[in-house]
Amino acid sequence: MSKIKFTLNNKEVEIEESPTARLLDILRENFGLTGVKEGCGEGECGACAVLINDKVINSCIVPLGTVEGKNIVTIEGFSKTKKHQILRNSFEEEGAVQCGFCTPGMIIASESLLNKNPHPSDEEIKIGLSGNLCRCTGYNMIVKAVKSASKKGDGLW
Amino acid sequence: MKNITAKTLLEALNLLNDGNYKVLAGGTDLMVQNRAWSNTLPKFKEDILLISNLKELKYINQEDGYIHIGSLMTLEELKHHELTPKLLVEALEIMASPAIRNMATIGGNIGNASPAGDSLPVLYVLNALVILQSIKSVREIPIEEFILGPGKKELHKDEMIIEIKIPINNFSNFSFKKVGGRKADAISKVSFAGAVKIKNNLIQDFRISFGAVGPTVVRKNDIENKIIGTSVADLKSNIQDILNQYGEFVRPIDDQRSNKDYRKKVAINLLEEFILNL
Repeated sequence: MSKIKFTLNNKEVEIEESPTARLLDILRENFGLTGVKEGCGEGECGACAVLINDKVINSCIVPLGTVEGKNIVTIEGFSKTKKHQILRNSFEEEGAVQCGFCTPGMIIASESLLNKNPHPSDEEIKIGLSGNLCRCTGYNMIVKAVKSASKKGDGLW
Repeated sequence: MKNITAKTLLEALNLLNDGNYKVLAGGTDLMVQNRAWSNTLPKFKEDILLISNLKELKYINQEDGYIHIGSLMTLEELKHHELTPKLLVEALEIMASPAIRNMATIGGNIGNASPAGDSLPVLYVLNALVILQSIKSVREIPIEEFILGPGKKELHKDEMIIEIKIPINNFSNFSFKKVGGRKADAISKVSFAGAVKIKNNLIQDFRISFGAVGPTVVRKNDIENKIIGTSVADLKSNIQDILNQYGEFVRPIDDQRSNKDYRKKVAINLLEEFILNL
């Protein structure tokens, strides 16, 4: 066990846990942030995606010890932003949500992509979201939604 | 279990000197290999030393004819850096996914020593050197002598991979290809790297390697040396002979990802395509 401090959704937090605990479990069980989903548990599906220092990562394979001093944003924290509102509206308008299990991860990966590349092409969106699986097969709508968000949110990213 | 997050390189090297630790950098391989049920700790058999926050090992620079890459540079950081050799960038672009590339490190891909590690065929072709440090010494080893077999490497228990050193070279033609079940996140069924220098239609340098077709990456200096000095036209007219020569050393296995016949056929086809495009 060791004390680990980090910023979680804009709040300083400190917990005492094993440094090899999965960040995913800590977020869900210790902090109740259940928007972070467990899909495959091995970094292949992106359902557990969160932002660490503004970059998308898979929280199911992040050992807690590595997040010391880092800034973590989950879908719950991101949902309070203007950028989220635009992404959310675009996902709704394009029909990019079916069962919704992959959606938090898709939104987080979209945010990470748009941070680096505010006006991505379809191909760049597909690459940006390539680590996220949707088993309702809604990829075309998701790509359209990200494209639409990048236009509507022009200047935000 | 004594799992520790190191804060400085010196602290990490002292811990390695005094105890038995498995070094964990990005964790994208080790956390998967040791995963357990949800909401339980990964089942590591050894004490874990987490090193991903060591700022001393996050750098890339150019000095004395080499590109020096700190072992904790992530794949995504390297993919975007102007000093990263272009052939390595080609491999990084199709490795894993954005989320994995943001965590996974170049040192980790080497330390995992998987026959299918996608940076490895490129590092073999680039004559990369691996720098190992302990509290007492620093060693520099060519990558093909560092990796001994699947998961096996020439690494003492008190040592850590601290740097990858790549001689600067200007190739006229180079290519990395991987074949996998999915574009992102797939472990390669076969991978291929080629780098060639051609001047006035003469081949001045010729380097080929294959991944996932044997216990380690396959590169054959003796075949390469016979080709160096010949013309591009001669190389193309002798292509069948060259494919046959490589065929002897491309000996893949059947496993859950693919089978040996498919792997061999594809590996040789990738070489053929590379030569025909010169």
